[in-house]
Amino acid sequence: MKYYDKLIFEVSKEGRSGFSLPVNAFPAAPALPEAVRREAPLDLPEVSEPDVVRHYTNLSQMNFGVDTGFYPLGSCTMKYNPKINEEIAALPGFAGLHPLMRKESTQGAQKVYEEMGKALSAITGMHTFTFDPCAGAHGELTGLMIMRQYHLNRGDLGRTKVIVPDSAHGTNPASAAVCGLEVVEVKSLENGRIDVEALRPLLGPDIAGMMMTNPNTLGLFETEIKTIAELVHGAGGLLYYDGANMNPLMGVVRPGDMGFDIMHLNLHKTFSTPHGGGGPGSGPVGVAEHLAGCIPSLKVSAFHGNFGVILRAYAYILSLGKDYLRQVGAYAVLSANYIKECLKDVYKLPIEGVCKHEFVFDGLLNDGAREGVPGATTLDVAKRLLDYGFHAPTIYFPLLFHQALMIEPTETESKETIDAFIAVMRKIAAEAAEDPNILHEAPHCTPISRPDETTAARNPVLKYQDTL
Amino acid sequence: MLERIGVDKLEDLYSDVPSEFLKKGPYALPDAMSEQEIRDYFASLEALNAKLNVFVGAGAYDHYTPAVIPYLCARSEFLTAYTPYQCEISQGTLRYIFEYQSLICGLTGMDVSNASMYDGPTAAAEAMKMAIACTRKKTRVLLSGTLLPNVIQVVETYARFHGVAITVLPPAEGVTSLQTLENELAADDVAGVIVPSVNRYGIVEDHSGFAEAVHERKAVLVEYCDPSALAVVKTPGEWGADIAVGDGQPLGLPLCYGGPYVGFMAVKKEHMRKMPGRIVGQTVDKEGRRVFVLTLQAREQHIKREKATSNICSNESLMALWVTIYLSLMGPEGLKEVNRISSDGAHYLKAELLKTGQFQDVFPDKPFLKEFVLKPVGCACQLQQKLEAAGFFAALPTEEGYVSFCVTEKRTRAEIDRLVKVVKEG
Amino acid sequence: MSKILEGLKYSESHEWVKVEGNVAYIGVSDFAQKEMGDITYVDMPEEGDDVLAGEEFGALESVKASSELICPVSGVVVAVNSALEDAPEKVNEDAYAAWIIKVEMSDASQLDALMDAAAYKDMIGE
Repeated sequence: MKYYDKLIFEVSKEGRSGFSLPVNAFPAAPALPEAVRREAPLDLPEVSEPDVVRHYTNLSQMNFGVDTGFYPLGSCTMKYNPKINEEIAALPGFAGLHPLMRKESTQGAQKVYEEMGKALSAITGMHTFTFDPCAGAHGELTGLMIMRQYHLNRGDLGRTKVIVPDSAHGTNPASAAVCGLEVVEVKSLENGRIDVEALRPLLGPDIAGMMMTNPNTLGLFETEIKTIAELVHGAGGLLYYDGANMNPLMGVVRPGDMGFDIMHLNLHKTFSTPHGGGGPGSGPVGVAEHLAGCIPSLKVSAFHGNFGVILRAYAYILSLGKDYLRQVGAYAVLSANYIKECLKDVYKLPIEGVCKHEFVFDGLLNDGAREGVPGATTLDVAKRLLDYGFHAPTIYFPLLFHQALMIEPTETESKETIDAFIAVMRKIAAEAAEDPNILHEAPHCTPISRPDETTAARNPVLKYQDTL
Repeated sequence: MLERIGVDKLEDLYSDVPSEFLKKGPYALPDAMSEQEIRDYFASLEALNAKLNVFVGAGAYDHYTPAVIPYLCARSEFLTAYTPYQCEISQGTLRYIFEYQSLICGLTGMDVSNASMYDGPTAAAEAMKMAIACTRKKTRVLLSGTLLPNVIQVVETYARFHGVAITVLPPAEGVTSLQTLENELAADDVAGVIVPSVNRYGIVEDHSGFAEAVHERKAVLVEYCDPSALAVVKTPGEWGADIAVGDGQPLGLPLCYGGPYVGFMAVKKEHMRKMPGRIVGQTVDKEGRRVFVLTLQAREQHIKREKATSNICSNESLMALWVTIYLSLMGPEGLKEVNRISSDGAHYLKAELLKTGQFQDVFPDKPFLKEFVLKPVGCACQLQQKLEAAGFFAALPTEEGYVSFCVTEKRTRAEIDRLVKVVKEG
Repeated sequence: MSKILEGLKYSESHEWVKVEGNVAYIGVSDFAQKEMGDITYVDMPEEGDDVLAGEEFGALESVKASSELICPVSGVVVAVNSALEDAPEKVNEDAYAAWIIKVEMSDASQLDALMDAAAYKDMIGE
């Protein structure tokens, strides 16, 4: 990767253009009345097509994607994105379809939704899916709306609280708050699982439900799930499954069978659609049969959700079929456990035992701290990994540990890649023990070095115009 | 690998799962398909969709997509990256988002843009929540009845669960009425007002006096806009709005049956800390080079959890790149020309349709660009189906009993003449 | 070692209170600013707002954290330190000079529930 400094505005040259439009064949329409006309100059870049292509190609070369290398970002399921899916989504009969066309003239699209709904039901054990949500957090919000709607429909108006474990993704409490629910936190035990005894007293007639991810954000299976489901249901609440961690369960366990009533899936995680640098995603929500009636009263996005993403995910499901889809979870879990076992003598493993698709280290066992030299932190390890051509794991999450380093390898990485990663992680641990300053200064080989984030936040410069 | 882990077989990795939950046997799904079979299967699904000439907008506009955009957006360094958490190897994403924010600010005349949202209606819903957060203690938001139906529905859904009262202002002669607005504001419980710059009937609204009326009551003004039209119509900044939102789809994004699109949001500087979503800012690295990072993160859900203004984490990054490249290619002249051709074509179509004697003009004195409604003399539904049989998606029936038409620069004069002929031969 | 000023009152959530008549100046302790690291923004209420003892009145933000400010006393905000709007680093430079809000107290007896310098020193255990 090399450093490229330009912004498109700096490539701009007055009078240049990169567009190609037909000759206007119509008589001129009357001009807009002055009162509603734009007066400000339209200050867009003026660039040629080759300028544009070169500029964005140069920008792309400062980026790292799954196609560049191993991306063990915990809770993000950075698996390979099959290329056929891109071609399918670009088919003109899909890409050119207007969202308000009648059902009768969009039978192909209707069939995609119908078959995809059936496939996701088969995989998750849920009864009905809505595809409107555009992302995981959007799915959470929609799922919680369904939860509240269910209670409201039954005239059960006092259920205004939702239980969320302390290890939950930050979106869980945020989604609950947006949905008008008060968050009640339940603590984790030393072994990283939900404390069932702490849960009992929280349950009552004011509880709308409980949000969980299983395996949880430590990558640990919630072994008491059966009891938890019974307790929550017994108190009249519903159980919500955060599907961000669904990958290890593919082919092995169905959330619907574990007693979950509502769930979302992240098609951009479990079902291989590309993350696109932070979207577009798709967060379909599945519900048990008795909740299906709550879906139609909710309108949460412009039209029918991110159809283009749903197409890609459906192509993935059909490519793998019933037999290969079964193996996804187990291979993801195998890779994670292998990495954990190969590194736990140099990184601090707070909770022993079999993990699922991901696990969390609590920093280095020997951070190299000495007189006058602070030890290497999780941030340092992450930055040093970039030097060796790997993306960093998720860091400082979950919040249960101070030096959390959360690693998720996925099933699409070869043993050679995984071994190379392990070797580098060991090398970094050795470097830290020898001289933590090597890590403090990292990365050394990337297009830029560590940025001054404090200045960025204190004196925000958020657009090109601010720099002039 | 199993040996290193200390287990005998793959199943042992699930020994902590109660056996009753372990799935026995495969899913009720088809067998795996080869790539060739996938291609054939989706081609067969694609063929079930009618191929129609699109003469409808209503929130999704069939503008032309230059070839350069899908080409560049398919670069896997952009496509297969995650959110730019590790800025040292994400300068590509961070730079184009910074460019995107700059372009959105330029189009809207606002101070600060976020890195994008899901789509237009959800951006409006976020603006509704933001209005509540900005004004405190106020609990009601006003929506103009001339907003697109899906914008009203999504905002109402969010508001219902967020504990916000919504009042929809009835339109007067096809536009938002300042008088009605002032009457509602008088109650002093209004946190914000959302009005469309170009409305559901295609009319370009005159919002003179709106900002003054809204600010006098210490509420915030939200303008919902078509960003393509902002090349020629008065900007939210010029109207004195506090927040600008809308859908970036008209900036060259394929229709794709409704998504992925990209919502945009830009605000006045004083509201910046209450804005949801990712924001990219400029700073320097240790060598003093200009670099870009995610910033103002203390607003966001991963830090504030239940106290965050929004639960949003991702943006629609790739679609923001799409918009950024589109605006760069079009430049000021291209975007104005898109508006000129679309508007000239729409005016031509409207005049020709009126000549057939089968429609009444509903809002004859109101200015419009690419979209307009007419009142059909006969049944609206039959008209749509008749046109569909002739290969057109046009004359979309509206709640009010009108039919809606839209013309973009992609529609030729020959297509328009053919459509009018079908109507005439009715 | 964090600096602790004699003569101020301290809360368990690390706010300090300096009393002048019926007016309380409120800021955060040196210990708190050190824990936060580089402060990038101080979220403050507006003049005229009511504040309640034990309730949030604002927040300190750093690059990767946000920490609530809890009001030690009830009353009305009579002034906010607007100098912090553009220079939040003043809290890092001298946490005791950088008062955040000035409150006209409605119940001065609430001060009795706060710690003196010695008790606060014990609490942070440095």
